[in-house]
Amino acid sequence: MSKYLILIYQDEAVARQAEGESISASYQEFQRRRGPSLLGGAALHPSSTATSIRRDGSGGFAVTDGPFAESKETLGGYYLIEAADLDEALEIAKEVPAGVGVEVWPVRVTS
Amino acid sequence: MAGAGDQLMPWTASAEVAAAVAEAHRREWAFVLAATVRVAGDIDAAEEAVQDAYASALSTWDSSGIPRKPGAWLTVTARRRALDVRRRAATVERALPKLLRPGEGGAEDPGTEEEDIPDDRLRLIFTCCHPALAVEAQVALTLRLVCGLSTAEVARAFLVPEATMAARLTRAKKKIAAAHIPYRVPTAPELHDRVDGVLAAVYLVYTTGHTAPSGADLMRRDLAERGLELARMLRLLLPGHSDVSGLLALILLTAARAGARLDGRQDIVLLEHQDRSKWDRQAIREGLSMLHESLGARPPGRFALMAAIAAVHDESGTWQETDWHEILGLYDLLLERWPSPVVRLNRAIALGFAAGPGEGLAELDALGAEPQLARYPYLAAARGDFLARLGRIPEARTAFEEAIILTDNETERRFLRARIAEATGSQGCPGQREGPA
Repeated sequence: MSKYLILIYQDEAVARQAEGESISASYQEFQRRRGPSLLGGAALHPSSTATSIRRDGSGGFAVTDGPFAESKETLGGYYLIEAADLDEALEIAKEVPAGVGVEVWPVRVTS
Repeated sequence: MAGAGDQLMPWTASAEVAAAVAEAHRREWAFVLAATVRVAGDIDAAEEAVQDAYASALSTWDSSGIPRKPGAWLTVTARRRALDVRRRAATVERALPKLLRPGEGGAEDPGTEEEDIPDDRLRLIFTCCHPALAVEAQVALTLRLVCGLSTAEVARAFLVPEATMAARLTRAKKKIAAAHIPYRVPTAPELHDRVDGVLAAVYLVYTTGHTAPSGADLMRRDLAERGLELARMLRLLLPGHSDVSGLLALILLTAARAGARLDGRQDIVLLEHQDRSKWDRQAIREGLSMLHESLGARPPGRFALMAAIAAVHDESGTWQETDWHEILGLYDLLLERWPSPVVRLNRAIALGFAAGPGEGLAELDALGAEPQLARYPYLAAARGDFLARLGRIPEARTAFEEAIILTDNETERRFLRARIAEATGSQGCPGQREGPA
């Protein structure tokens, strides 16, 4: 079995609207159906609440408001899943009721 | 043996063995590699084992003779070698198979009986053409792993430096290993879409060879040949799949005209002026029978429709007899199945021949705003052609000049310059872009 990180992207405007609401029924349904494959996951606050920390190259940090990349689509949440192979991971990822879409990243295994 | 025989025999045997190994490379590479991946559990390790097997064939066959089934000999040798390497690695670092699920044949015996060896070529093809890989990577992997071309040969086929191609192949193989792209034939619900992806990659191999996007030569025949071989292989591995026979029909019916596309000076000869006696009748016959098979499906697939269009040309005794209304009807069907700007462009050309250059030109002009066609030389070339036929010479010249700027193929540029000379020197000469449907 391999692990994959599913990054869930959504429209920032829609995300802000949904702020404070409880997790939607469609996500609950997804989590029920795919429960055995889900190792973890969470929904995130809007990107306006995020903070970036970049190393400034001389031992210090530059702390800035917002994510590294500003874009119309922002990270809204993630799942860590376990799947037999990429095909199964993609099958699971397609079922995530994401507003915009998802990215599927294989997780490096350290032994 | 005595005298000259002593010196002559080993040399003769070597040449014979070298030829047998080269033949086995061309015909059996995909089978040998595909069967070895299963044992090696990793594409890189399998490639190495297969290369070793071919190398040892050169020496072993020289001393003990060419085996009755060279492919089986190579497969057994490569699988043994891969298994040895893996066992050694497993004891050293407890490495896990990277490509196969546990129990999916990874640890199996490499097999000594040739009958035991499964045909895994479909698995290999589906892995190379996985939609999670970029299309250029799919094509490069297919040529490298399924066709057995060297990295240098794949690089030459796409006119990129060898280092660039090596990096592209390495990146793709790393993704297969890291993301665990499976080594298997997709299950029924996803099979249709996945076959479509494989066919698109194979067709891209063929079209890149049929009309090279850049370079001095119009065609890269070895690449076109590989495309045809891949289509034949798929037809054997997926019998009764109408889209597969549709693609094979399309390639055969297009390739049948290849011998008439250039004149003695390597200049382009338009379909209109081609010597039809140079067309390959056997390829046309085989293509028509494939087309018949693929048209059994309802509704017909896009490759079958493109093949049907090619067939109208192939079956037409002369240019004047071409049934443009039939071709136009087929383009209408194709547009329903596959609404792409390139199909609309080709339909506009057919309309120009069915209904007159004015009508064709109006359709082409309507396509001018398509962003996908903004850098497509055949739109400008087709406009130039219809404008010339309408006697609008200065505009035709501008259109041909635009096409010259947009194409990177030197033979096409020479042809377009000749069209300008022809249009401005005398009356415009009608013609149609000659290419795949």
